Amino acid sequence: MSLLRRAVDRVRGTDDSVRGAQDHTTDPLLDALIDALDPARVKFDDAQRSLLGKDASVFDGGNAGPICYPTSTSEVVAIMKIATQFDRAVVPRGAGTGLAGGAIPLGAPIVVAVTKMRDVIEIDEANGVAWVEPGVINLDLTRHLAPLGYHFAPDPSSQQVCTIGGNVANNSGGPHCLAYGVTNAHIQAIEVVTPAGDVVMLGGLDAEPDGYDLRGVFVGSEGTLGIATKVAVKLTKNRPAVRTLLLSFSSVRDAANTVSGVIAAGIVPAAMEVMDNAITQAVENYVNAGYPRDAAAVLLAEVDGPNEGIEIDANRIREIGLENNATDVRLAADEAERALLWKGRKTAFGAVAQIAPNYYLHDTVVPRSKLADVLDQIYAIAAKYELLIMNVFHAGDGNLHPLIVFDGRDEGILDRVHAAGAEIIEASLAAGGVLSGEHGIGVEKQAYMHLLFSDADLDHQNRLRRAFDPTCRANPGKVLPAGHSCADIQHLRSVPAGLWG
Amino acid sequence: MSRLHTADPVLDAFAKEVGTEGAVAISGAQTRWNTGGELAAGTRTITAPSGIVEYIPEEMIVTVRAGTSVAELHAELRVHGQWTALPERGGTVGGAIAVGENDYRRPARGDVRTAVLQVRYVSAEGEIVTGGGPTVKNVSGFDIPRLITGSLGTLGCIAEVLLRTNPMPSGQRWFTSADVNPFALHQMLLAPGPILWDGATTTVMLFGHDVDVEADRGRIDSLGTFTEVDAPTMPSGFRWSLPPADLQDLSALDTGVFVAEVGVGTVHAEKPQPRTPLSPAVQLIHDRMKAEFDPTGRLNPGRIVGGR
Repeated sequence: MSLLRRAVDRVRGTDDSVRGAQDHTTDPLLDALIDALDPARVKFDDAQRSLLGKDASVFDGGNAGPICYPTSTSEVVAIMKIATQFDRAVVPRGAGTGLAGGAIPLGAPIVVAVTKMRDVIEIDEANGVAWVEPGVINLDLTRHLAPLGYHFAPDPSSQQVCTIGGNVANNSGGPHCLAYGVTNAHIQAIEVVTPAGDVVMLGGLDAEPDGYDLRGVFVGSEGTLGIATKVAVKLTKNRPAVRTLLLSFSSVRDAANTVSGVIAAGIVPAAMEVMDNAITQAVENYVNAGYPRDAAAVLLAEVDGPNEGIEIDANRIREIGLENNATDVRLAADEAERALLWKGRKTAFGAVAQIAPNYYLHDTVVPRSKLADVLDQIYAIAAKYELLIMNVFHAGDGNLHPLIVFDGRDEGILDRVHAAGAEIIEASLAAGGVLSGEHGIGVEKQAYMHLLFSDADLDHQNRLRRAFDPTCRANPGKVLPAGHSCADIQHLRSVPAGLWG
Repeated sequence: MSRLHTADPVLDAFAKEVGTEGAVAISGAQTRWNTGGELAAGTRTITAPSGIVEYIPEEMIVTVRAGTSVAELHAELRVHGQWTALPERGGTVGGAIAVGENDYRRPARGDVRTAVLQVRYVSAEGEIVTGGGPTVKNVSGFDIPRLITGSLGTLGCIAEVLLRTNPMPSGQRWFTSADVNPFALHQMLLAPGPILWDGATTTVMLFGHDVDVEADRGRIDSLGTFTEVDAPTMPSGFRWSLPPADLQDLSALDTGVFVAEVGVGTVHAEKPQPRTPLSPAVQLIHDRMKAEFDPTGRLNPGRIVGGR
């Protein structure tokens, strides 16, 4: 059985001890949570538990215990203390748009959904930050900052719904992280409720906060080190000028070579995104954004900055494209055309719904110079398993997003999907790449961690985790593979023995 | 064997030297030797391996041994028009990462903590440990490189790092003015470079394409009278870490003579910053971190991270 398949199976299951909870109005855990919050903000019905048992990944869903919707740091503290008292795990959750199963509750934990903590608390221009609550939606924050001439730089495709808390947990990226960096570069300080219920400020607004870089390690820790309750995000000034180029190619290799050529020329564009023919056609059918349907690949490249210099970079990208056999180079004529092109790119994953009901999106990173070779291998893997694989990716970062499109009702198809996924991961690592660029490990790629790291490496990651959470209370069973204490099933509380097989 | 681990006799030899018992510290160029406190008496001092292992300019990454001098590294990168965020002040790569302080040109060069993509260190148990990975974008597991950066060698003996390099801007020019408000200057510039202010004189670096520098040169003239100068050097002395807004009222603080990095918050001062203890809950995490990584307290004893 493939490793991915085993991960799928692992998150399935039910927990009778919690299922019975709703029938007993005197459940002491629920009573404690209701007392601490408000009856309307503690849920334990089947519908809610089923909904919050899932995220946006392919995994069927875990097993949520009581679901809490706190509105303040002090309520999160109260939840953590109750969790300790009842020896329950806690899983923080934003909008549930994660693709690696990081928010799937394992072992009937208390689910802490921060979606009602959604205030922009303060915009502090003198210190270059905004203080926000973790449930603030990524795009709402940028819209909020727009009148002042700022934005929040990370822009994952899910930015219309994903939360800042989720961005922090996953160290989220997005197309425009090529020049500006991923979430970790945009978070100055984080108020965190530790698994013991202490409130700590990690990082700070000062230039070089004192002590170990706990803020830096918290970002991207997938909810395993505590719950963020307040975040100081950096304000990025909006650029006065932008040039968006659309380059067409008759092969994916030419597009990939253009990307590595641009970086090698010392240009770091704001974004460089590639789509192959299959996904480009899907996008065109979906939003009619003006992409060429006959190109084997298109490269969307964007440079921004002050008015004067961006023409130099835009021209150089055009030249490098032509040197690599671009069949057409188009400059977006105006903001409307630019917005339409980006709409096409950002709705790519929605566009595949017209082709097949299911997709599985991978997220490996490879050296840019290996992009073309690894893509060739991915197409060969698709042919071998008779699967449709589309490629749309953050090319400038070498961050591949092979999209396996399938109909889950087809007999035996999941086995092929997971086998192909495993080979894609192998090919990426063999090229000198890593498991995940922006989606995280969650439950999806735990079993692959041994391919990248030694036992000693993983042991040290586990030590880092234990320093925050010695009892493995926060989002247990994620990131680290089995064999490391916080990943082991015996630490998943309230799970009857044998349930996880 | 995992992908990040290839046999490396140099690292193996270094791991042997670190060994498994007895107090040990890595000595670089000792430019920041007493950061975090004085080394405990009787501690064995060793040096890390040196040399550039692999530089791939087109991928903008370089793998370098910790004992290499930053000057040697940057001389190699300069050939390809690149640099890193590490400060150039006579020290080693490993020392710069262990201390974690940024260059005074940070706004143009990036943060040291963002530059360290992968780290290999020898643990207190004498094992070679690798954290992070060789790509700029990577969320595969916990962020060991950020934990090690600025840890003063108290969690592991840094042996080798893989750093992100950046293209050097084609234009880099410094201008000074005695009659400009440095905070207004910071607000005006789209992507402000280093702005240094000693309470009277403001010195700014404009960078980017030559045409951008020229255009910014024209813009800043509306705020004051500027003269072109050579790149400044920072005074030796003490280093303060403040929120950028606090620089607007430095007279309230006992810094003595100072040079402040406007928009950043670092202040190079004649007098030391008063010590502020970590909060008890943050201290608890620090104590546990140290105990997890160095249970017997053998790594760089005497040096304390945090609460300085």
